[in-house]
Amino acid sequence: MNYPEIVRIKEIVEENPYVKSIFIPFSKTIEPGQFIMVLIPGVDEIPMSVSRIKDGEISFTFKRVGDATGKLFEMEIGDVIGVRGPLGNGFELRGERILFVGGGTGIAPLLPAAEKAKHLGKENIIVIGAKTKDELFFVGEMKKLGKLIISTDDGSEGEKGLAADIAERVIDEEKPDMVVTCGPELMMKRLLDICVERGIDFQASVERYMKCALGLCGQCCIGEGLRVCKEGPVFDKDTLIKCSDFGVFTRDASGRRVYFG
Amino acid sequence: MVNIGTRISELKLRNPTILASGILGETSGSMKRVASCGAGAIVTKSIGMKPREGYPNPTAVEIECGILNSMGLPNPGIEEFKKEIDEIDEIDIPVIGSIFGKDEKEFAFLAKKMEEYGLDAIELNLSCPHARGYGLEIGSSPDIVREVVREVKKKVSIPVFPKLSANAGDIVDIGKAAEEGGADGVVAINSLRAMKIDIHLKKPILYNRVGGYSGKGIKPVAVRCVYELSRELDIPVIGVGGVETWEDAVEYILAGACAVQIGAAVYYRGLSVFAEICEGMKRWMEENGFESIEDFRGVALK
Repeated sequence: MNYPEIVRIKEIVEENPYVKSIFIPFSKTIEPGQFIMVLIPGVDEIPMSVSRIKDGEISFTFKRVGDATGKLFEMEIGDVIGVRGPLGNGFELRGERILFVGGGTGIAPLLPAAEKAKHLGKENIIVIGAKTKDELFFVGEMKKLGKLIISTDDGSEGEKGLAADIAERVIDEEKPDMVVTCGPELMMKRLLDICVERGIDFQASVERYMKCALGLCGQCCIGEGLRVCKEGPVFDKDTLIKCSDFGVFTRDASGRRVYFG
Repeated sequence: MVNIGTRISELKLRNPTILASGILGETSGSMKRVASCGAGAIVTKSIGMKPREGYPNPTAVEIECGILNSMGLPNPGIEEFKKEIDEIDEIDIPVIGSIFGKDEKEFAFLAKKMEEYGLDAIELNLSCPHARGYGLEIGSSPDIVREVVREVKKKVSIPVFPKLSANAGDIVDIGKAAEEGGADGVVAINSLRAMKIDIHLKKPILYNRVGGYSGKGIKPVAVRCVYELSRELDIPVIGVGGVETWEDAVEYILAGACAVQIGAAVYYRGLSVFAEICEGMKRWMEENGFESIEDFRGVALK
């Protein structure tokens, strides 16, 4: 039954002043890249990628941006939320050398993905980017999983510049077999174009405004009717190339087109 | 050789499976995908005068024997929706524009726009059970339904199909009013007003508390409505509610429907549901010696 299970928050970690992780009991199998719908009673129900996968427990990681995440930000251990999932398809880690590129809160789903890759014996290169030093998170965890390169837009930590620019250089230096990314869509679109040009395998986790998360309402569709909640949120290079709206526009709650940039 | 083509008023369909309104009918891409999956026609999401965000989530959950939803009529508005319609030229099956308004003037305006955009027919949402001032609140009065249909028919020359509700009064009275207003067919039924209370939260699970119940659980109600409407009206009836398999579709046609709409089954069966229903129905027709839909349509009424 695709219906929220009501659970109590087990643990809360403050990743930085703006980002928190909430741990909840979760007994089903979930893959990195898959997501859950988190119900904040009386407020909203929002999609959240899984950011840590442990025995009988998962976390999701979020930034305070709206009503729902604002309320979540104020919640305490023992508070009640709803969760349904796992939903959608996770990352498929192919090849031997994988470059992970995370921008902003897009860093979150890459932690369990890089963990899985390491476990599978792959060689990880990880680029994480944020606007400024304070907005970075998962730095310590990521360091343990591979070669870590940090970028900030203002140069307050790591290299100064956009994650996509740094990643492009890293792609040419490190020659990965695959790029796995999550973050701002324009960043992912640039990485897609780079990987198409250089013939590198690629997967991206795409974000769209989501309503039913049952594959019915069509709110989260991209391209030729691909449902981010069902066929996504992780898509391959060959699929995304054909989505003429990827990196061009998203849709607001009413379904109107909202152009990037 | 059996032929599963069907006619609804002047609309010719390659098969009797139609995508129901509110399911994947908001973007040009999703409509193209459904057409390529074998549907006989598509109904768009219900479109109104202005952009509407709908309700916060949860807007839809799976419950016993179906889906409970209260989307709240989210839509980009009729002006913006033109962008989607402009991109569906390659779709070679009928596309039916669903509209909702607060009165006959809005309905007539929206219908005219949909006709100008090039759509093949109009479905009037007179039955959405969860939006204040719209849908069911208009569609439960035979007088208002007659007036809305009449005004819309004055404005457009494409077929007009009001979608009726089984939530209020006698659906046959509403159906007759629609026929008197000049409707070219009726669609029955919209989702049923329903509620799910979560026993852990001790509150209704949907943000809007009340929603519309669709899927298998409402099929017997819908089949009864289609049966009664087919018996009492001279215009075509399109059946909708819990159509998941070819057996369901055959049952509706035996009750008098000339086509069926499919919604919740996209969740239960995936997008292959249209083609699967058609294949099963063809086999059943062969086994029973029926060459066309008309050969067995309404047989249960006799």
